[in-house]
Amino acid sequence: MGNAAEKKLPRIEINARLCKGCSICVDFCPTNVLEMRGTTAAVKDLAACTRCQLCDLRCPDFAIQVFD
Amino acid sequence: MADKKKKFMQGNEACVEGALYAGCMFYAGYPITPSTEIAEGMSVRLPKIGGKFIQMEDEIGGIAAALGGSLTGLKSLTATSGPGFSLKQECIGYACLAEIPLVIVNVMRGGPSTGYPTGPSQADIMQAKWGTHGDHPAISITPAYVQEILTETVRAFNLAEKYRTPVVVLYDEIVGHMREPIVIPEKGELEVIDRVKPDCKPEDYFPYDDKYEIPPLAPFGKGYRFHVTGLNHKKDGFPTNDSKIIEENNLRIMRKVENHKDDIWKNDEFMLGDAEVAVFSIGSTARSARFAVKQAREAGIKAGLLRPLTIWPFPDKAVTELSKKVKAIIVPEMNLGQMALEVQRVSKKAEVAGIHRVDGEPINPAQIFEQIKRFK
Amino acid sequence: MSSPTGGVVKKEKVSVPFDYNKYLRPNKLPHIWCPGCGHGIVLKAMLRAIHNAGLNKDNVCVISGIGCSSRTPGYVDFNTLHTLHGRALSFATGVKFANPKLKVIVVTGDGDALAIGGNHFIHTCRRNIDLTVLVFTNATYGMTGGQYSPTTPIGSQATTSRYGNIEPPFDACEMAKASGASFVARGTAYHTLELEKTIQEALEHKGTSVVDIIDACPTYFGRMNKFKGASQMMEEIEKDKTVSVKQVDKLPPEKVQGKMLRGVLHKVDRPEYCEQYETLVMEKAKAK
Ligand SMILES: Cc1ncc(C[n+]2csc(CCOP(=O)(O)OP(=O)(O)O)c2C)c(N)n1
Ligand code: SF4
Ligand code: SF4
Ligand code: SF4
Ligand SMILES: [Mg+2]
Repeated sequence: MGNAAEKKLPRIEINARLCKGCSICVDFCPTNVLEMRGTTAAVKDLAACTRCQLCDLRCPDFAIQVFD
Repeated sequence: MADKKKKFMQGNEACVEGALYAGCMFYAGYPITPSTEIAEGMSVRLPKIGGKFIQMEDEIGGIAAALGGSLTGLKSLTATSGPGFSLKQECIGYACLAEIPLVIVNVMRGGPSTGYPTGPSQADIMQAKWGTHGDHPAISITPAYVQEILTETVRAFNLAEKYRTPVVVLYDEIVGHMREPIVIPEKGELEVIDRVKPDCKPEDYFPYDDKYEIPPLAPFGKGYRFHVTGLNHKKDGFPTNDSKIIEENNLRIMRKVENHKDDIWKNDEFMLGDAEVAVFSIGSTARSARFAVKQAREAGIKAGLLRPLTIWPFPDKAVTELSKKVKAIIVPEMNLGQMALEVQRVSKKAEVAGIHRVDGEPINPAQIFEQIKRFK
Repeated sequence: MSSPTGGVVKKEKVSVPFDYNKYLRPNKLPHIWCPGCGHGIVLKAMLRAIHNAGLNKDNVCVISGIGCSSRTPGYVDFNTLHTLHGRALSFATGVKFANPKLKVIVVTGDGDALAIGGNHFIHTCRRNIDLTVLVFTNATYGMTGGQYSPTTPIGSQATTSRYGNIEPPFDACEMAKASGASFVARGTAYHTLELEKTIQEALEHKGTSVVDIIDACPTYFGRMNKFKGASQMMEEIEKDKTVSVKQVDKLPPEKVQGKMLRGVLHKVDRPEYCEQYETLVMEKAKAK
């Protein structure tokens, strides 16, 4: 219980309207947080996210952002 | 005092005076005979008054930079001849569609190709209208005297700024290099028109707002942050594939000229009142024609001259009217019939006879007089 | 895929994503670019750099030619000008020279800048006029469907080089430097944070600043040359075929061979065109 409160999870917003399914974010996430579901990126393992922002930085389509 | 303003100068120098009188503050171009004196003159004069002169690496760069200058709000000029005019064509179309005011001077030399660089011609008349691809509005001004190059260059700027469109000033090498005494007009003597700028809030601004016939044009850098493109666009300037909007915008830019022909047309008439034979001519050829008309009158022939100072839009109203009154319209021109074809198109009754020359020699009065005599 | 580089990984630090909407025009997304097209990644780096440089939107003018990359101005909330194929630099020269207070950024493709606009490129650098020129080098003519461009490697497939390209590619940086640009750099879409910093440095430099940006056209160059997708291209071209100037001296020669240098490659103080005009030409003209 106390553990979970300490380790606040980030919020990953994926805009399905803008995501074109290139999988760049999935392929380059250092901790395998993301996966492709059909033609859209999706979160698979939120707890593993380090908030490094690489997915956002390399997404060509303004479709993914990671909030603290 | 009056003498002080009297000057002896060349046509191309008068073009510089006209541009500066009109408030031109930006010149970009590439040297080419027989227009180079315009660039040289602008390079001396502009920096004195805070204006900008740049010699670009080619004529395309010249007109493109001039369009860039115009978009910041400065009245802009580029000048060239034959081959350079060919290079500028894509940018002229851009200026038509993006509705950017600009004056382009083409001092006509012999063609095609490199042709006869130091020889005169009037063979770019059709190119001035049809040189760039696609249907587009066209305004071309055709002065024939050194003084007139000055005043007509001012008029060219006025039309460009008023109708937000490129305007071509066309004159042949003979007028460009001819020296004549002229009078530099005092400030305020000639009308100078400035472009209409928006006064609305930036968020309400549409650079191609169809509620105006000629929408105001904001200068870059004054808070309006709008988009300009050579793609077919909506009123907000952004590209569109909507066929209705594309057509409406294409028609609107044509209407800017079409609906204001009476304002754009300008003709000089000489002894046309009772004329039975008319001559229709521009530039140096019109000067010969005027002489021939006088000769004809002395010989008892009722001849007259219609000299358009606006060749595009074509002065069809004046020519049609004239063709109902005279037996023949003689069209001397230093090309193989570019204007004669247009005169023919709009003539109702009169016979149309061309005099054409493409050997780099001027058409002399005797040649025109001979033709006039045929129709007496 | 492999480890993240190019990104400074700020562990344990509160991370706030960049608010791109501040610089994007409303309702223009999604953009026209294909899935995985590198142009979108470069656009984002450019917006962050503009933000970091603290530029006022009203004073920024973004100018492009024609091509996929040249569609950039339509999306960004500045004074924007989408011109003709190859002519962006000439229009930009006019805008900057006419109003030197504007910060003028040219966004251009490798074809736009180096083929049809190659002569303007050389002369812009020679004048050292204060423009920031971002060349989106995707080794192809994307917009017209994947013909070979002046940066297509020898042997590559394109729709006009079905038997393998035989034309040696240009090095835009070498050309810019030789022509007189006072700031020359290279970046990639893969090294996106490094690119952001490079563009910012280019924006803060006075004079012609050229940034050659290697990015991917997965649709044409990628497919025709048997890449599985954008990520593989970013990995194998942008990451594996480049090396940072900061590391190059520390690496054994075999790790540098055949690789393009990334980072700021050339930076000198040289008189800027508009200033020269004002201080030399205008002053002399007025005195006369
Ligand atoms: C005068 C002219 N010639 C040719 C074209 C066709 N054309 C449009 S874009 C383009 C190439 C674009 O390549 P590049 O500049 O590398 O941009 P990319 O699409 O690869 O981003 C060509 C040949 C044109 N629009 N205008
Ligand atoms: S922020 Fe980093 S760790 Fe988290 S999902 Fe994005 S790339 Fe993966
Ligand atoms: S990088 Fe962006 S567009 Fe590509 S899959 Fe991820 S979220 Fe979608
Ligand atoms: S064709 Fe190539 S360059 Fe053009 S948008 Fe698609 S991926 Fe990008
Ligand atoms: Mg390209």
